Amino acid sequence: MIFASIIVAIIIILVLVFVGIYNGLVGARNGVKNAWAQIDVQLKRRHDLIPNLVETVKGYMEHERGTLEAVTSARNLAQSMSNAGPADRAKAEGDLGSALSRLLAVVENYPNLKANENFLALQEELTSTENKISFSRQFYNDIVLKYNNMIQMFPSNMIAGMGGFQPSEFFEVKDAGEREAPKVSFSAPPKTSS
Amino acid sequence: MWEQIRDNQVRSVILVTFMGILLLLVGFAIGYYFFGDPVLGLIIAALVWGVMNLIALFQGDSIILGMSDAHKIGPDDHPRLYNVVEEMKIASGLKKMPDIYIIDDPALNAFSTGRDPDHASVAITSGLLDKLNRDELQGVIGHEIGHVNNRDIRLMMLASILLGTIVILSWYATRIMFFGGMGGGGRRGGSSGGGAAQLIILVVGLVLLILAPIFAQLIYFAVSRRREYLADASSALYTRYPDGLASALEKLENNDTKVQTANKATAPMYISNPFYKGGSAGNDLFATHPPLAERVHILRAMSGASYADYEKSYKEVTKESVIPGSALKETAAVGLREATPGAQAGELQDQLDRTRQTSDMLWKMHNYRSLNCSNCGTLLRLPPSYNQPSVRCPHCGFENPL
Repeated sequence: MIFASIIVAIIIILVLVFVGIYNGLVGARNGVKNAWAQIDVQLKRRHDLIPNLVETVKGYMEHERGTLEAVTSARNLAQSMSNAGPADRAKAEGDLGSALSRLLAVVENYPNLKANENFLALQEELTSTENKISFSRQFYNDIVLKYNNMIQMFPSNMIAGMGGFQPSEFFEVKDAGEREAPKVSFSAPPKTSS
Repeated sequence: MWEQIRDNQVRSVILVTFMGILLLLVGFAIGYYFFGDPVLGLIIAALVWGVMNLIALFQGDSIILGMSDAHKIGPDDHPRLYNVVEEMKIASGLKKMPDIYIIDDPALNAFSTGRDPDHASVAITSGLLDKLNRDELQGVIGHEIGHVNNRDIRLMMLASILLGTIVILSWYATRIMFFGGMGGGGRRGGSSGGGAAQLIILVVGLVLLILAPIFAQLIYFAVSRRREYLADASSALYTRYPDGLASALEKLENNDTKVQTANKATAPMYISNPFYKGGSAGNDLFATHPPLAERVHILRAMSGASYADYEKSYKEVTKESVIPGSALKETAAVGLREATPGAQAGELQDQLDRTRQTSDMLWKMHNYRSLNCSNCGTLLRLPPSYNQPSVRCPHCGFENPL
């Protein structure tokens, strides 16, 4: 009798532990999805801002067609990858980031443009969007690290295996131009130059 | 990773529990003296505490923000501030965007309030908004969002309600004892057995009633100081740039304008103490905030942006530890980022732009209309009470129809 109740107690405890870990994994996976959605929002915002930016600077920069076209095509490529995985997207966004910083480096040569009201407002939006992208990426990568740790560490790795939990990819930007987010600045030229 | 810091508030919770016990003792003493029944006193203490809690829970933010004369702003009123708050909201992983308020005051300060992270507000004085560049503003907002995310607001609210209840109860009890009830009989209706024992209890109770508010304040200030360091650590982690906050704190230190609308109850909510300046008091027991110089020193000495880096730096400066152990384990190395280019250079022009931006917003908030003179382009501002059909430009004398 006592023996039987000890067995039952152990089973109940095991079930509770299982449920706890499983729910923890689901929670972490949803956290990853949520953090990814945050990045997605900011990348969309970046894609929306670029046609505006190109439109604003076009009139001032007749001789920079190549730079502007590079930004536009990088933006279109990045937008077409909207449904790709983190690694592919990170690459496309990295290329867009370096095209963008080349453009912003060139802006320094056009004082009239820097006095444009529209451009001023865009400057704040663009700076902030670049910051938001890097902050949401920072948060996403931290969450992914935590989730992947859960999947790989004992004992949650056993339950992760049974429940089919897959590790998530980090959103890492390889391109040097993107790691240093483009800065629209009036007072000092950006560090990257073309 | 960083939610552990709020799970692990053991020391703060113990301190607040002490305050709760103090309140019970005060209630006990009051019941014993005035009604001859300690239970009745406990009930009164619980009632006063409950009522204050309810008020704070549902009205807390609006009372505090109303007291400080704050205006709520949206994304279009001040894009830079709104964006920086949103950036910190994203970096900290908060679910909901906090409300943003501007206090029209030349003093340099900021605070956050709200009963939980989903109902949080961040407020900043217009003076501070003028003074800070983007990196510094990010550091300050990161500190305030740190308070929100570490659940400091609720803890401090709980502590301040306990403190308030203790102060009110002891104040009335001692006044009634001294001035009211001395001559009148029937205070202690029950057993009047008298004797030395009763006299001792009477004296102990009296001493308790007098000392309780002082003890409660000391505890409150101790909790408050600790949470400031933790919020600094959070800000460094979110922004990956502790120098931004350090430089903002240096600007606070070099300024001696006091917040006009702050009072003793709201003082611990500000980023720096709105009353005392100079940081001369080293480890003042009655200080709500650690000395600014020390906070700057710790932030400047950080070699990375993680909690472990803050802890290491804190130890070097104070020889003590501040971050709970569970928040330190499983932290990966977190690198620092570089300053936003142009943040230091061109400071003067930037400051002029910022001042104009802030004052434009404040005019708009007070319902002033603005228009440019159609002859010479001078900017004219009209108060909401102006109801003439036209306005004369003071610069060129042109009559502008409205």
